[in-house]
Amino acid sequence: MLNVGKIEEGFVLDHIPAGRSMSIYYHLGLDKLDCCVAIIKNARSNKLEKKDIIKVECDINTLNLDVLAVIDHTITVNVIKAGEIVEKKALVLPKELKGVMKCKNPRCITSIEQELPHIFYLADADREIYRCKYCDEKNSEKM
Amino acid sequence: MRHLMNPLDFTTEELDKLFDLADDIQAHPDKYAHKCEGKKLATCFYEPSTRTRLSFESAMLNLGGHVIGFSDANSSSAAKGESVSDTIRIISCYADICAMRHPKEGAPMVAATKSSIPVINAGDGGHQHPTQTLTDLLTIRSLKGRLNNFTVGLCGDLKFGRTAHSLVNALVRYDHISFIFISPEELKIPSYLRDKLKELNIPFKEVIRLEDSLPELDLLYMTRVQRERFFNEEDYVRLKDFYILNKEKMKLAPEDMLVLHPLPRVNEISVEVDEDPRAVYFKQVQYGVYVRMALILTLLELA
Repeated sequence: MLNVGKIEEGFVLDHIPAGRSMSIYYHLGLDKLDCCVAIIKNARSNKLEKKDIIKVECDINTLNLDVLAVIDHTITVNVIKAGEIVEKKALVLPKELKGVMKCKNPRCITSIEQELPHIFYLADADREIYRCKYCDEKNSEKM
Repeated sequence: MRHLMNPLDFTTEELDKLFDLADDIQAHPDKYAHKCEGKKLATCFYEPSTRTRLSFESAMLNLGGHVIGFSDANSSSAAKGESVSDTIRIISCYADICAMRHPKEGAPMVAATKSSIPVINAGDGGHQHPTQTLTDLLTIRSLKGRLNNFTVGLCGDLKFGRTAHSLVNALVRYDHISFIFISPEELKIPSYLRDKLKELNIPFKEVIRLEDSLPELDLLYMTRVQRERFFNEEDYVRLKDFYILNKEKMKLAPEDMLVLHPLPRVNEISVEVDEDPRAVYFKQVQYGVYVRMALILTLLELA
């Protein structure tokens, strides 16, 4: 079995559904970080059978928890200090998301107005439905 | 400062006050003839409209105010590529209040965020048309004496018909309202409205035939299939005459049912229905002026 060593300072995203780690890597902008990032795919898991894990050696504040919550709020976020887990962050669906998803409605003002931020509001928390603030169209972007 | 983007921007209590004011304007027009002296309304219409624009202009003129504006995107700086945000900043320097119609959904909301004057959404794409809803509600309240306890039929283009969406959103706040949505399969109500009605436990059904539903209705809201909402002319031609309300069908409807229509009407209501006392769509137009007068006064804090 492959072993990836523990990190001293940073965070670990655990219980990522197998196969989703690369998508999360890009959505969270981890590709732009100048620090050590480890992506573990298809690790054995009691809960999920197979899971992905991402370990990042940098400050937790660089992580956009809102984006992560939208991607999958069941992912476990462990904050690591001095090699130990010091905090588990709970992911909560944000009430509003700015600049994360794009409205695909061709009739929406966001399709023509320059530099207008795409803003979505949480319309249905149970079904995790976000709608465009401007046109009320349901988000169809898979993250 | 307040804007009007959505019929729900006003609580039902605020709507009652607005409609009381509209009633008073109707009863005592002279009292209000100079209320807006020295004030200017900018009508910024990025897509063609005669009725709504003229209704706003007529409302402001009745109040003693002035009107400036444009009635077509090609005659505005939008044709040069100016953004809505920039346009409203400019208009804010020229006028005291703005009524905006735009083919893009959410454009008036963008304007409102940058504006230093009240902005009224005068229709944004297939999304909202709040002043039409205020008109519809005032018409219903004036002619029926109430806004609750109705079975409301909405017929025609319920997918792109923003007036229908706005009316549904407004009526769900009153007690004992149920809906019958009458439309071809391709023009059914959008999913967000369906979801909302389910969530609020508002009874509704979706049907295709108008004739079957007519006997149950207290109000019938007819809508036009709008050519400008279709990307494909073929679909428009196929669906435009799907419903035609005529004298024969009106025989199936209750004696006290009201037929409303946001106008313009094309073929969906036969001209022979116009003489039926239940056809109130031309009365609606007059109520539209009263309610816009009341709205302008309210937003300018001159009521």
